[in-house]
Amino acid sequence: MIGIFDVLLVATLLWIAVGSLNENKLFKSVVMFIIFGLFMAIAWIRLGSPDVALAEAAIGAGATGALMLDAVGHLRSRKTPYPATPEETEDADA
Amino acid sequence: MIYTFGGVLLFALGTYGLIARRHLIHKVISANFMGSGVFLILIGLGNRTPENGPDPVPQAMVLTGIVVTVALTALGLAIVKRYYTATGLTNLDDEPPAGDA
Amino acid sequence: MRDPARRITILPILASLGMLAIVARAVLALPPTAAGLAEEMQAGAKSTGIKNVVTAVLLDFRGYDTLLEIAVLMLATVAVLSLRADPAALSRRIAGRAGPVLGSLSRTLAPIMIIVAGHLVWVGSSEPGGAFQGGAVLGAAGILLVLSGYAQPAWAGQQVVRWVLTVGLLAFIGVALYPMLEGGALLEYPDESRKSLILFIEILLTLSIGASILSLFMASALADTGGERP
Repeated sequence: MIGIFDVLLVATLLWIAVGSLNENKLFKSVVMFIIFGLFMAIAWIRLGSPDVALAEAAIGAGATGALMLDAVGHLRSRKTPYPATPEETEDADA
Repeated sequence: MIYTFGGVLLFALGTYGLIARRHLIHKVISANFMGSGVFLILIGLGNRTPENGPDPVPQAMVLTGIVVTVALTALGLAIVKRYYTATGLTNLDDEPPAGDA
Repeated sequence: MRDPARRITILPILASLGMLAIVARAVLALPPTAAGLAEEMQAGAKSTGIKNVVTAVLLDFRGYDTLLEIAVLMLATVAVLSLRADPAALSRRIAGRAGPVLGSLSRTLAPIMIIVAGHLVWVGSSEPGGAFQGGAVLGAAGILLVLSGYAQPAWAGQQVVRWVLTVGLLAFIGVALYPMLEGGALLEYPDESRKSLILFIEILLTLSIGASILSLFMASALADTGGERP
């Protein structure tokens, strides 16, 4: 039951994974991860598991993608960390 | 079976990314890739039955695995953000990379 | 100066090739066609009256695994909620950023998503669907509402939320322990009420999973302002 579509799908999945990990910009990595999740949903359908496909699309691509985009946005918005706690600044002055 | 071998390759790819990439969010993404590779292996192996359709037990396990993975990812990202807030770093290096005297 | 860097980059390649070899050897050692458990599962599912075999496996045959999985999800939610600091910061970040497109999109989509979530849970016993899928769509609807400014982010710590989070796990544990009162085993549903018990658990689990995904997102979004704890 190995069709040309399956071979192409698996090759696409691996290509997206390599692209996501090779990328230095965080935002691009996360977007490719979301796309990877959607292609995984297609793979689950090809493997005859529509429940897993629904869950992967909703949770794997949706919830995880939203969480990661939020994390990347946070890292981007705060260029410097918050100031140290009061005890540390007192020690530094002493 | 192609999906099983694709899952094996994906797992190895995730292992490489987990160790090689320094940024913590890349490590979280790599851990997710490793998980997805394992799921592909499980369901790919469950599709070996000639008739009767796919095996539902690996599908149930993978469903469980997806939910646990999102819990892991959420906690990992929250810790990464808190770590960044506390230290300003996004990696776990002890010393600066090669190039400093 | 170059040597430490080169030593560091050999290790991940070795590790991944090692993993590749181990897992590939394990996979290749398995027979190419194997019977698997498909027949037994489908015969068992027919006897329980649940047409969706995966739901039957998840909530009936391997119900203990699902119980532990919900516990793990709740633990992670507790851990993420314990990292939060400042609810007002998220409100300030979101306020005024929504824009008209996101606002009208969420106004249209959120009710549809809630209905879709309910549908996924209801048909989960005979068609693809179930508690996790419905819960995920419900959580996503909540995230959409929070991001477009229609829901207050500060609700993550309130009592109502905590009850919604725990009701699924509590109901599952209650239904799991109940047969033991009459001398049965853990999670041994009585035959005549099996389908309705599973549906009852699934509906409460959907609410819990939706609240959990929403809390994971919001509490994780709140965890950025480390500062002093209020």
